[in-house]
Amino acid sequence: MRKKEMIAMLLAGGQGSRLGVLTSGKAKPAVAFGGKYRIIDFPMSNCINSGVDTVGVLTQYQPLLLNQHIGIGIPWDLDRKNGGVTILAPHVKDGEQGDWYSGTADAIYQNMDYIDANNPEYVIILSGDHIYKMDYSKMLEFHKSNSCDVTIAVLEVTLEEASRFGIMNADENDKIYEFEEKPEKPKSNLASMGIYIFTWDKLRNALIENHKLHSDSDFGKHIIPYMLNNGDSLYAYRFKDYWKDVGTIESYWAANMELIKTLPEFNLYEDFWKIYTNSDNQPPQYTAEGASVKRSLISEGCEIYGNVENSVIGGNVVIEEGAVVKGSIIMENSYIGKNAVIDRCIIDQNSVIGANVNIGGGENTPNEDKPKIYNTGITVIGSGSVVPDDVSIGKNCVIFGETSKEMYNDGKLESGKSVITREV
Amino acid sequence: MKAIGIILAGGNNDRLRELCSVRAVSAIPVGSSYRAIDFSLSNMTNSNIKKVAIITQYNSRSLHDHLSSSKWWDLGRKQGGMFVFSPFLSNDNSYWFRGTADSIYQNLNYLKKSNEEYVVIASGDGVYKMNYRDVIKYHKEKNADITIVCKDLKDSGKDLHDFGIMEFDDDMRMTDFEEKPVEPMNTTASLGIYVISRTLLIKLLETVIPEGRYDFVKDIIIRYKRQLHIYGYKYDGYWNTLNNVKSYVDVNMDFLKRDIRNMFTKESPFIDTKPKDEPPAKYNIGADVKDSLVGSGSILNGHVSHSVLSRKVFSGEGSVIKDSIIMEGSYIGNNCVIENAIIDKQVVVSDDKKVIGTPDNPVIIAKGTVI
Repeated sequence: MRKKEMIAMLLAGGQGSRLGVLTSGKAKPAVAFGGKYRIIDFPMSNCINSGVDTVGVLTQYQPLLLNQHIGIGIPWDLDRKNGGVTILAPHVKDGEQGDWYSGTADAIYQNMDYIDANNPEYVIILSGDHIYKMDYSKMLEFHKSNSCDVTIAVLEVTLEEASRFGIMNADENDKIYEFEEKPEKPKSNLASMGIYIFTWDKLRNALIENHKLHSDSDFGKHIIPYMLNNGDSLYAYRFKDYWKDVGTIESYWAANMELIKTLPEFNLYEDFWKIYTNSDNQPPQYTAEGASVKRSLISEGCEIYGNVENSVIGGNVVIEEGAVVKGSIIMENSYIGKNAVIDRCIIDQNSVIGANVNIGGGENTPNEDKPKIYNTGITVIGSGSVVPDDVSIGKNCVIFGETSKEMYNDGKLESGKSVITREV
Repeated sequence: MKAIGIILAGGNNDRLRELCSVRAVSAIPVGSSYRAIDFSLSNMTNSNIKKVAIITQYNSRSLHDHLSSSKWWDLGRKQGGMFVFSPFLSNDNSYWFRGTADSIYQNLNYLKKSNEEYVVIASGDGVYKMNYRDVIKYHKEKNADITIVCKDLKDSGKDLHDFGIMEFDDDMRMTDFEEKPVEPMNTTASLGIYVISRTLLIKLLETVIPEGRYDFVKDIIIRYKRQLHIYGYKYDGYWNTLNNVKSYVDVNMDFLKRDIRNMFTKESPFIDTKPKDEPPAKYNIGADVKDSLVGSGSILNGHVSHSVLSRKVFSGEGSVIKDSIIMEGSYIGNNCVIENAIIDKQVVVSDDKKVIGTPDNPVIIAKGTVI
């Protein structure tokens, strides 16, 4: 039987509802980041760069875009005869009805056959939600040298932040003796990053035992406490580099903007830890005579005729003459018409913004329908939207779907309003 | 209408000076993100040709590097695929390829082991987008033995003395062919793209090679011009070839024209190349870029105008790059001036240095030079 030392299970089924319209129609791991990437590219590239060549990607919510993006894994060198990438969707099993994945651990439980077929010693559990570069092989060394049953990657956060995370209370050797999910009064600052290495037979047993107790097994809520009670050896592995959860509109925007600093904290330009992605063709990028581009990332295939400042622009975007794009994120294949002004806006892929459109002016009124999601002044245009010529749109607005001029009162959309013509 | 492809990518060209001292012509970087061979190779796959041989000889290291995987052109297949042929030694053969016909003859098994009806032969140094299916269709309609793609180069600014010049009757049957004539008889030139039936090609090669004739143009096309039915297929689309430094500069600068660039990069089918997975280009606060192509992974701090920058180019603060071509991985320091220059790969230009040529005679800085 074939044997792999460690395989990865990448949880990519989450919706990421706090990203609002950006995750309508696609799972959070499929959201674009840093111009040409999608969030899932980071853990996928970490896998291959760490020598993990067998990756199961667990999808559930809106998987089409993710499936297309991953394909057979060519961009990550994960098209293998032995191993490679496998998409694992919920499925019907012998003699029972199929079940949706109802918890992080339940998703793994439902795919135990896949793991057994690869016969690994260790399994690393990853999520497709974070931006970071990490060498999982170093974490595995730590796991082996401490004879751990579970190693949990942790980040040192401030005590105020700690109550938003799962917190590990550990002894001076980083051996975990207690786990608290979002504690009100945290006793330690070691926050779980949702990255676990398990010795497979230990995890296998825990998954089966927990499935008997509840069908919605979750790593944080059930598996980790169960294994602690069981007397297994759990260690915290401290990670000191860049790690970003881009779970909200504001944090997503800020993490993108950080990349345009002259010396960003997160370096994409490193030769020996490349981030790979699937871009069908990679034509050059053109900046025209009348254009002005400063402090921005511009991806392949873009045609820039206007002005771009402090922005992150995805592949094959066209920005026409006289247009001004400031502090914005524009995703692939979008089109910005002549003399449009775009300020602090996120425009998802395949959108068309008409000529003379003005986005991002006016008062900072939170969004009327979803004030918890859109409240920091950023207007979001969902994928495939069309904004007609000559309209003006305020802050914290949401546009999703094709819109026409009648939908805007006097050609205006006040801050905090939405125009949604497609089912969300 | 099944066909196999052969790309002749063995050539060197002294007139490309330092650009060709480290690589074959077909491996020269073009248009910021491509290499010359990407065009004919993508044309093959885009014409639904699933089996392509690439014949290399001269300094083929960088070409082999570029072709290290066939999957970027969707040729990583069990049926068909990409074959790269280099000269080899064996008990009964110790020759380099002695000419274009000989290079195919030495790999005759590729032809014999195929069963496709036609062969499309192209050279690896043309920059164009062509559906070879159209040529094959024409070839059948004309009932031709050989079809040669040709183009009127009257207003192209090309030196006709460098080309094979063709003359036709009213039906487009070729009546005469002059290779690199002193006095060209007209302005219609062969583009070095041929369609021929596989069995006829085998027969012709098996005839001419034992006679000590090794050149496809001289020993097959010209020698058999009356015996065979050779037809011309007029092509009107964009086409250029890398036959000297001027044409190299022209091809690159053509990519700055919106219609030509769109034809190559925005209109399906696309030209494929080996992906390099560089991050997006980064424009810093001092960047001032006009009318230029910028490759991914570049970091720009200075002025760039009317230039073609490949991947991973760095330009320092206060630097000025004008009317130049800068290849992958080159570093231009602070306050440099680069004008009418071709900077090959991995060149370092230190702070405050100037590299200035003229439009007619651009400076070429060889790969890896440190200034």
